[in-house]
Amino acid sequence: MPMITYREALNQALREEMARDERVVVFGEDVVAYGGAYGVTSGLVQDFGDKRIMDTPIAEGVIGGAAVGAAMGGLRPVAELMTINFALLASDALINHAAKVHHMFGGQMSVPLVIRMVGGGGAQLASTHSQSLEAMFAHVPGLKVVTPATPADAKGLLKSAIRDDNPVLCIEHALLYRVRGEVPEGDFLVPLGKAEVKREGKDITFVAYSRMTLVALEAADRLSQEGIEAEVVDLRSLRPLDMETVLASVRKTNRAVTVEEAWRTYGIGAEVASRIQEEAFDYLDAPIQRVAGVEVPMPYAKNLEQAAIPDARRVVEAVKKLLVRTNV
Amino acid sequence: MVSEVVMPKMGYDMTEGTIVRWHKQEGDEVKHGEVIAEIETTKVTVEVEAYGSGVLRKIVVPEGQTVPVGEVIAIIAGRDEAIPGMEEKAPLAVKEGPKPVPRPAEVGVGVKGEAAPRIAASPVARQIAREQGVDLKLIRGTGPGGRIIKEDVEALLTKRPAEVPRPAPVPAVAAPAAAPHEIPHEERGLSRIRQTIARRMAESKRVAPHFFVTSDVGMTEALRLRQSMNALLEERAKISVTDMLVKAAAKTLLEFPEVNASFAEGKIRVYHRINIGIAVALDEGLVTPVISDCDKKPLSQIAQEAKELVQRARTGRLRPEDFTPGTFTISNLGMFDVEEFVAIINPPEAAILAVGSVTVRPVVVDGEVKVADRMKVTLSADHRVLDGAVAARFLQRFKLFLEQPLHLVS
Repeated sequence: MPMITYREALNQALREEMARDERVVVFGEDVVAYGGAYGVTSGLVQDFGDKRIMDTPIAEGVIGGAAVGAAMGGLRPVAELMTINFALLASDALINHAAKVHHMFGGQMSVPLVIRMVGGGGAQLASTHSQSLEAMFAHVPGLKVVTPATPADAKGLLKSAIRDDNPVLCIEHALLYRVRGEVPEGDFLVPLGKAEVKREGKDITFVAYSRMTLVALEAADRLSQEGIEAEVVDLRSLRPLDMETVLASVRKTNRAVTVEEAWRTYGIGAEVASRIQEEAFDYLDAPIQRVAGVEVPMPYAKNLEQAAIPDARRVVEAVKKLLVRTNV
Repeated sequence: MVSEVVMPKMGYDMTEGTIVRWHKQEGDEVKHGEVIAEIETTKVTVEVEAYGSGVLRKIVVPEGQTVPVGEVIAIIAGRDEAIPGMEEKAPLAVKEGPKPVPRPAEVGVGVKGEAAPRIAASPVARQIAREQGVDLKLIRGTGPGGRIIKEDVEALLTKRPAEVPRPAPVPAVAAPAAAPHEIPHEERGLSRIRQTIARRMAESKRVAPHFFVTSDVGMTEALRLRQSMNALLEERAKISVTDMLVKAAAKTLLEFPEVNASFAEGKIRVYHRINIGIAVALDEGLVTPVISDCDKKPLSQIAQEAKELVQRARTGRLRPEDFTPGTFTISNLGMFDVEEFVAIINPPEAAILAVGSVTVRPVVVDGEVKVADRMKVTLSADHRVLDGAVAARFLQRFKLFLEQPLHLVS
C-alpha cells in the first residue's frame, strides 16, 4: 500500500470523486492556481478545468451561501474554507440553511455539500486562527462532522462525505498535512459515523479524534512501557457519533479518558463522557477524565501555545491519576 | 463514670448486628439493666440493656445501621461528665422519628448520610459485588482515595471463594430482561435468617464429611411414661416427645463424649457441657435455640425450658442466652408425618439427630408379630470426628434409654 501524506490523500479523494461524478465542483479562496492555503487542491485545475474548480472572493458568507445554493441546484460542491475560524462567517449558511433545508421543505431537496476546513492550533497562528470549534458545528442536527486523523481516513472520509446527500463538514488539522501513512488506492471509503479502534488495550480507553488520536497513540506507547495497555478509539466522525465502538471498549477496560484539542467546557469529551455514564455506568471503575485544551484564547508565544495544547505527557498524567492506588 | 455500650456478641457465630430501634434518646436518663435499644442479629431481635447508670450522652450508631460486634454503639456517662475522645466519635445522629430498617443488601448506605458515609466503590465494583453477593463493607478499597475498584472485588473473589460474606440480594424491582428460553420467574431477597442458614448449611455440607446411621426405636414405653407423667404435671411443665429425646440424647452424650465434640483446626474439641439445640421451624426459616447443661437438668425442667424457648422463637423474642453455643442438635419433623429423614450437621457440632414420626407398626417380638409405636431416628455425623461404629453404639444406647424410659427420670 502506498505511503502518502494526509494532504495527498485528500487531493486523491477530490480527484477520484471529481472523475467519478461530474457534479462534483470545488471552490474556495486561492484553490485554483495556488492550490489552496494548504495545497490540497493543487493540480486539480489542470485535470478538470476552470469550470469544475473556481476561486472565490475572501468572503466566507459567499462561499457558504454559494455552496448551499449549488447543492440545492443539483451540484455536489466541495467548498474550502481556509480555516474553521472563518466558518463563523459562513455559519448562517451552514447552520440556518444547509442543516435545515431538507427538514423545512419536507424533503423536497437535499443539500449534498461538503465544506472542508482546517481546525486546530500549534502553528503559532495566534488566538483567532488556532481554534478548535468543531463542537459548535457537531452540536447542530442536520450537519455531519468528520475529523480524520490519518491519511487513509482523510481519503476515505472525504470520499464518503462527497457521496453523502447531507451537508458534511470535513475538519482537517493544520499539523497533519505532512503526516504520511498507508492509503489504499482506488475506491476506498470510510463510512461516516463509524469510529475505529486504532490500538487495542485492556486497561483504559482513550477516546480521541483528529490530531489528538496521534497524541493518544503516543501516550499509549509510553504507558505500555509501564505495563499499562491503553485502547485508542478514534471517533473519526463527531456527528453521527459512534458510541457503540466507544461503549464496547469501555465495557472492556472499565475506564476512559477523552482527549481533545478543543476547550473542555461543553466539548466533545463532555458529550462522550456523559454518554458513557448514561449507557455504561455499571461498567465504570473510575470517573471519566477529560484531557482538553486549556481554556484561554490561544497564545502566540510558542511555549505558551505548547502549554495550552494537550500532549502525550498530559494524557499519561490523567491516566496515572485514574490508576493511582491507595496503600492498605 | 463513662460507660461505653458496645454491640454485644449474642452467639459464637455473630459477627455484626443492626440497630433496630433506640428506646432512649440522647440526653435521657438510663438505669443499669434498663433496655436502651433493640438490635437484630442474623438470628433474632434482642434487647440491649444498659450496663451503667447515667445519661445516654451519645448515640454513636444510628437506627438501621449495622456494625461489627464490639463496636461502640452509645456512650453512657454523667450529665456533665467529660468524655475523653468524644469529639472524635461519629457525628451526632439526628433523631427524627422511627426509621425503616434497611435491607441488609443496602450495605454502606446509611439511613442518614452523615452518620454512615456511603462506601466509595466504582460502579463496576458495585455491579460485580451485587452479582457475586459480596459485601462491600468487608472490602478495603485500593483505588484513589480508598475507592473500592473492580480489582479489589475480584481479588476477594479469587482469594477466598467460599468465605466471601454474602449479603441478601436486593429484591428485583422488575423481572430481568427475559433471556431466550428462560422460565418466567421472580427473585426474592434473603432474610437474615435465610442468609445464615444458606451460609452455614452450605459450609457444613462442604467441609464436614457426613455419614448417616439410622435406628428404629420402640416408643411404646416412652409414650406410656409421658402420658402418666403429664397426667400429674401442670400445663407449663408437660413433657413432649422432643423433651424425652433431649434427655435421652443428653444421657447418651454423657457416655459418648466423642460425639459431644467439634472438629477444630486439626484437633478434636471435646466439650465439657452438654448443650442441646432444638431446631424450630419459623416462617422465616429455621432457628436452633439451645438448652444448656441438659445432662444436669431433670426432664421436667427441660420440658419447661423447651416450651419457653419455642414460644420465644415463634414470637421472635429469643434472648442472647438462648443462643449459648450448642454441642449437639435434635431436629424433629415427627409432627409432619415424616417416616425418616437426614439432617445437615449444625456446625461446628459433630452430629445431629433427625427424628421421624412415631407410628404404629408391626414388629416381630419373640417370634410373634405385634403392633407397636415405633420411631426412626438418623444420626448425621462428622466423619472427621467419629466413625460409624461409635455412631452405631451411640444410637444403641440412645434407643435403650427411650425403650426403658425410666432411665430418663432416674
